[in-house]
Amino acid sequence: MSQPSPASAFLALLRRDFLLAFRRRAELLQPLVFLLVVVTLFPLGVGPSPQLLSTIAPGVIWIAALLASVLSLDSLFRSDFEDGTLEQMVLSGQPLSLIALSRMLSHWLLTGLPIVVLAPFLAMLMNLPDAGVLILVKSLLIGTPILSLIGAIGAALIVSLKRGGQLLSLLVFPLFVPLLILATSAVGSAVTGLPFDGQLGLMLAYLVASLTLAPFATAVALKLSLS
Amino acid sequence: MNPIVLFFHKTGSPPWFYRFAGKLLPWLWTACILIAAAGLYLALFASPPDYQQGESVRIMYLHVPAAWMSMMIYGFMAIMGFIALVWRIRIMEVLLISSAPIGAAFTLIALVTGSLWGRPTWGTYWVWDARLTSELVLLFLYFGVMALYSAYDEPRKAARAASLLAIVGAVNLPIIHYSVEWWNTLHQGSSVSASGSSIHPSMLWPLLLMVIAGKLYYAGSLLNRARLRLLQQDRRKRWVQEVISEDQV
Repeated sequence: MSQPSPASAFLALLRRDFLLAFRRRAELLQPLVFLLVVVTLFPLGVGPSPQLLSTIAPGVIWIAALLASVLSLDSLFRSDFEDGTLEQMVLSGQPLSLIALSRMLSHWLLTGLPIVVLAPFLAMLMNLPDAGVLILVKSLLIGTPILSLIGAIGAALIVSLKRGGQLLSLLVFPLFVPLLILATSAVGSAVTGLPFDGQLGLMLAYLVASLTLAPFATAVALKLSLS
Repeated sequence: MNPIVLFFHKTGSPPWFYRFAGKLLPWLWTACILIAAAGLYLALFASPPDYQQGESVRIMYLHVPAAWMSMMIYGFMAIMGFIALVWRIRIMEVLLISSAPIGAAFTLIALVTGSLWGRPTWGTYWVWDARLTSELVLLFLYFGVMALYSAYDEPRKAARAASLLAIVGAVNLPIIHYSVEWWNTLHQGSSVSASGSSIHPSMLWPLLLMVIAGKLYYAGSLLNRARLRLLQQDRRKRWVQEVISEDQV
C-alpha cells in the first residue's frame, strides 16, 4: 500500500473531525451558548446603561470569545490521546505539524468561525455603535484563528495530564494579551472615528507568525506528551 | 577530545556538575555578599537623594536590578530550554526548572518595590501602565512554567514540557511587551543603556553594583537549587551515595 500524500491526509483528517463534530451536535453548540451567557452576565453585573455598555462592549465580547475558545481547546487532542488515535497519527509517517494544523483548522472552523458569525448579534446586545460592528467582526476573523493556533500548543502540552483545564488557561492567557489589546483598541478607534488599520495589520502579522510557528511547536508538544 | 567539547561533556554529567558547582559556590556567595554590601551602603547612605523624588529614589537600587534580572532569567530559561530540547542535556533541564522560582521571585520583587515606589511618586500603588502590565504578564509566564512542571509526575518529561513552554513564552514576550507599551505608557523611559546613561555617576555606581550582586545571587542560588534537585532526582543512584559518604568523612 502506498503512502497517501500529505494533502490528502490533511483533508481526510479534516473530514473525520467534521464528521465527529456533527455526530455530537450538542457539543458543537456549547461554546456559543457559553459565549451568549457570559455576554449576558455583563449588563446584569455592571448595569444596563447603554453608554457604559457600548464602551466596554469590545472588551467584553473579546474576553468572552477568548474564554469560549479556551474552554473548547481542552478537549482538542484529549479523545484522540485517550483512545490511541494520536499515537497512530504520529506513526502514520505524515508530518505531525500538518496533522496539528488540520486539528487547528477544524477547531477554528467549528468554534472560531461561529463566534465571528455570532458577533454582530452580541454587538447589538452590548449596544456597540454601528461603526464598530464591522471592525469587531474583522478583528474576530483575524484573531480567533490565533486563539486556535496558539491554544493548540497549550492543549498539546497538557493532553497527557488528567486535570488540565485550569492549567491550560494559565498557560495560554498571557500569550493572548497582545491580541486582546490590539483587537479592542481597533474597535475602540473605529467607534471614535480614528484610523484602525495599524492594529488590524499588527494582528494579521501575529496571525502569520503563529500560523508558521505554532504547528511545529504543537508537533513537538504532542511528541513529548506521547513519550 | 577538543577541550571545549570535553568541558560540555563533563558539565553534562551530574556528579561532575555537582562537585564543580560545589567548588564554585563559596566564591559566588562571597562575591555576592561583598558586592551587595558595598552596593547597599552606597545606595542607602552615600548616594544623594533625588532632586525631585527625594529619598524614595533609593527604591530604584532594588527595583531596577530586580526588573532586569526578571527579564534576563526568562531569556536564560528559553536558551536552556532550547538546549534541553535539542541536545537532551539533563543538566540544562534541571537548571531551567531551578531558574523559574528565582525569576518569579525577582519579578515579584520588581512589582512590589515598583508599586511601593509608585505611591509617593505617582500617587498610586498600581496603574495599568505598560511596563507594570508586561511585568505582571511575565510573572504569569513564570507561574505557567512552574505549574506545568509540577503537573507532570515524571521529572524529565515535565522539564521538556516546561522547556517548550519557556521557548513559546520567550517568542511571545517581545510581542506582549510592545503591544502593552503601545497600549498605555506612564512609566518613565530607560535611563541606562549600553551606549550611555542619563544618571549621575554617584547614583549609577550603586545601581551597577546592585545589578552585579543580583546576577551573582542568581548564579549562586541557581547552582544551589540545581545541586539539590540533582541529589533528589538521583537519590537511588550510586554517585549520590558516594557524594554523601564523601561529605560525612
